[in-house]
Amino acid sequence: MSTLPWITVLIALPIIAAALLWFVPALHKVARAYGLVVSLVVVAIAVAMATQFDVADAARVQLTQTAPWIPAMGVSYAVGVNGLGLVMVLLAVGLVPVVIASDWRAVPDDDADPALVARRRATFIALLLSLTGLMVAVFAARDLFLFYVVFEVMLLPVYFLIGMFGGPNRRAAAVKFLLYSLAGGLVMLVGVVVTFLNGPGGEQGFLIDNLAGVIADPTMEKWLFVAFFVAFAVKAPMWPVHTWLPDATAQATPGTSTLLVGVLDKVGTFGMLALCLPLFPNASRWAAPVIVVLAIVSLLYGALVAIGQQDLMRFIAFTSVSHFGFIVLGIFIGSQVALTGAMFYMLAHGLSIAGLFLLGGFLTERSLEGGPTSPQARRIAAWGGMQKVTPILAGLFLVSGLASVALPGLSGFVGEYLVLIGSFPESIAAGVVATLGVVLAAVYFLLVYQKVFTGQPSEEIAQAAESGRITDLSARERWAMVPVVAAMLILGFVPGPVLDLLTPISQVLAMGGAQ
Amino acid sequence: MNSFVAPEIQWAALSPILVVVGAAILGVVVATFVPKTSRRTVQVFVALAAPLVALVLVAWRWSVVVGGGESTLVAGQLAEDGPTLAIQMVLCLVALVGFAVMASRLPSGEEAFAPQGAAAPGSPYEEAARKAGLEQTEVFPLALFSLAGMLVFPMANDLLVLFVALEVLSLPLYVLTALARRRRVLSQEASLKYFLLGAFSSALFLFGVALLYGFSGSLGYADLGTAAEMTVGMDGMAVIGFLLVLVGLLFKVGAVPFHAWVPDVYQGAPTPVTGFMAAATKTAAFGAILRLLYVAAPGFGWDLEPVLWTVAIASMLVGTVLAIVQTDIKRILAYSSVAHAGFALVAIATLSPSGPSSLIFYLLAYGLATVGAFAVITLVRERDAEGNVTGEATHLSQWAGLGRRHPVLAGMMTLFLLSFTGIPLTAGFVGKFVAFVSAVEGGAWPLVVVAVVASAAAAFFYVRIIVLMFFTEPEESERPGSDAVTPGALTGVALWVCAIATVVLGVWPTPVLDLLAQAAKFVV
Repeated sequence: MSTLPWITVLIALPIIAAALLWFVPALHKVARAYGLVVSLVVVAIAVAMATQFDVADAARVQLTQTAPWIPAMGVSYAVGVNGLGLVMVLLAVGLVPVVIASDWRAVPDDDADPALVARRRATFIALLLSLTGLMVAVFAARDLFLFYVVFEVMLLPVYFLIGMFGGPNRRAAAVKFLLYSLAGGLVMLVGVVVTFLNGPGGEQGFLIDNLAGVIADPTMEKWLFVAFFVAFAVKAPMWPVHTWLPDATAQATPGTSTLLVGVLDKVGTFGMLALCLPLFPNASRWAAPVIVVLAIVSLLYGALVAIGQQDLMRFIAFTSVSHFGFIVLGIFIGSQVALTGAMFYMLAHGLSIAGLFLLGGFLTERSLEGGPTSPQARRIAAWGGMQKVTPILAGLFLVSGLASVALPGLSGFVGEYLVLIGSFPESIAAGVVATLGVVLAAVYFLLVYQKVFTGQPSEEIAQAAESGRITDLSARERWAMVPVVAAMLILGFVPGPVLDLLTPISQVLAMGGAQ
Repeated sequence: MNSFVAPEIQWAALSPILVVVGAAILGVVVATFVPKTSRRTVQVFVALAAPLVALVLVAWRWSVVVGGGESTLVAGQLAEDGPTLAIQMVLCLVALVGFAVMASRLPSGEEAFAPQGAAAPGSPYEEAARKAGLEQTEVFPLALFSLAGMLVFPMANDLLVLFVALEVLSLPLYVLTALARRRRVLSQEASLKYFLLGAFSSALFLFGVALLYGFSGSLGYADLGTAAEMTVGMDGMAVIGFLLVLVGLLFKVGAVPFHAWVPDVYQGAPTPVTGFMAAATKTAAFGAILRLLYVAAPGFGWDLEPVLWTVAIASMLVGTVLAIVQTDIKRILAYSSVAHAGFALVAIATLSPSGPSSLIFYLLAYGLATVGAFAVITLVRERDAEGNVTGEATHLSQWAGLGRRHPVLAGMMTLFLLSFTGIPLTAGFVGKFVAFVSAVEGGAWPLVVVAVVASAAAAFFYVRIIVLMFFTEPEESERPGSDAVTPGALTGVALWVCAIATVVLGVWPTPVLDLLAQAAKFVV
């Protein structure tokens, strides 16, 4: 085992790079290239780190580092990943270069002053890079206080990303996002304080390992579970606290939406897995029936509302609400297989949502009416027949969508299948309704695909295609999508290695034990 | 025959206070005798040197006293212990940055204070004074006198000393409030309101002192504490006495229902004074409350706790809700300070042992962010048609787009607002966190739940300012355009100190928390 502080490097490098970019005006002009290079370096380091991970012992937290941070308050800087953490870290850092490449034109050249445009561009990239470091930190935190800190601080870059670089209603969307998340987070803060005070205390009193199972009083355990779960339910967006998500994704740039839904929302389900289950095992079992019902409501509600959406980005957001319902169902149904499926689904959903949002963004960039973030460009009914005009875009969108609705051979299938076969033995009703959700998913996706891509393109679009105003994906756009689609296919056909990482964790969790 | 025995005076322990009082008197002399050309420079030097020297002296006393040397002084009238010195240290720090902001001038040379305080607003006399370029250097000795009172406040171990300190700290503030250069009428109205309500609360305070004297036959805290154990059947009198004294102190803190003066005074006072007053008065008054509750009144914990709970909850809710509907940035921060008084009370509402150190950390975090935020307000100015800088642009809509034109200044304001909100990695978060921990330790988790709800609601109006600064175009404002002026050297330094300290205390609070942990012991 190597002793390099891998995770600390992964956290610090992008944040330092972001600060450098923000403060050194000379870098502003090459901000995007700089961001791309840094994010690729981060990916390389993450991959190198993954090779150091002992797959045979994936349930154990590895690559750990512990140092006192605020001993007076019992807080340590403690990081490390188990199999799930590793997968999520890889997903997070892997999506960043894709997002940078896809959102290349997120900051338009609309200002007369090129220095101002460069500054805004640098701000955009700096925010993305700092978010990268924070995403790694949140999945690697082994100290409850550290987790909470990162959980909250992470809101700020996203808040600025939405509020500064989005569509016309971005302000309201950013504020809604922030207030929802802060409210959830503050409820969790009470839980954090109470859990700590019931723990062993001392200078390492916040280490999650030291807190697992310390709550003896069943009533208090239930309350604490609720406090944590509310924060995670807001984050993951579950019905009925999901309403910030469609607004945020409709206004944010496609890249921001990708990271928001693909990675940050996973912090919600990650928190359920890494905190709720090990810290409050009995309360988790107690609350499971209610949560399963809520999850099923999310699943159906998201799917049904998605069918009715007029706005492409809102549509994708609601499909996510449905998919998060699936993940939460898998976590709380009480089956080890479903648990593994849910964790796999987190990864798969991150990929398919990236495909959908980014390709959706490429599509709206080609809009003839209004800019890429305008409501007209996102209106599903405004499109038609794009298959003929932009075949590659259409094909990739189809692949991503099918991965999202779990076509066998693509990444989404494995997770969904495992959740379903895990659910049926526990509750036939839940299994049946979840299966219904799968059917609905096929309906909503194919309906949208049909409207946007099949049929005859409108005359305007056809003319624009002839005159070269609408073209198929450029080389940059294609290359940005290659890794995402490749990962979908690989995970669809060879899910084994990832499942090997996740199965030991679900074994431990299913036994109700601490990690 | 009783013979008078002169009490022993521990001069060393009094040295920080003596330095500040001495500097204030020196300031009066300077205002009288130093020629006009160099008067202001000398005054500013004295005003900045005094809190600095006092800070050094407090630190020295800390090294002598904390960890065994705690004692009462001057025949038990004053007490020198960890919490006291910690509060004094916070006060000196806040005064240092606060005075720096007060001493700054705009690039045009304009001060924050009226050229001639005695001139009626809008009168020819005032116009003449302005044209003649008069400057009121008396503000500096006034501020120093106020600081001296504040330094005594947490030290007082006797109700009469506490009352004298209360008046010494209050009277100069009433005058300072009236001295705003622009919006003179508003400023004078604020001053009058502050004075009248302040006098009223002082009267209640004195009434409480009288009742407590009747109860214990003494004004000393130590006697009050023992009387609580010895006396039977007079609890009612003592409880009412304590409540009335607390009313006087909670008025200074600006807690609901004694907060009526806060928005008007914060809005009317010259902004640098507001910043200093908001941070320092609150700190000093909480220092006095600490000593009163932990030393004199622990025997009445059962009776006083419900009152503290009620005041804390009311402050948090009223402050937050009313701040949401404000449109003037100074009034927003005023109501937010009411809410923060409630948050701070959460730390000590159950008289838990870790309460004082949590509260002091909270006050430090709040003080730094407050002085910083008001310093930013002094820089955001309206411009008239010719582009001349005029009064402060305090209407919220005038802050639109500030972040585009002045990213660093807006970034600092954002930092202070985030600290108020309690976002992690700022001092405000650590403050809130330790306060909540203290409260939950004492079993006050319902209070913490209310605090959390209020924090979430409060985030709304703090975030709204950030939205305006960064996400809104300036054209959307209907009011006169605004722009930020370049900060003077002193304000610039104060801003950076506040900003850096806010971040450092948020990321690495360990040294300060360790210091405060040593300082938890009260001397009786």
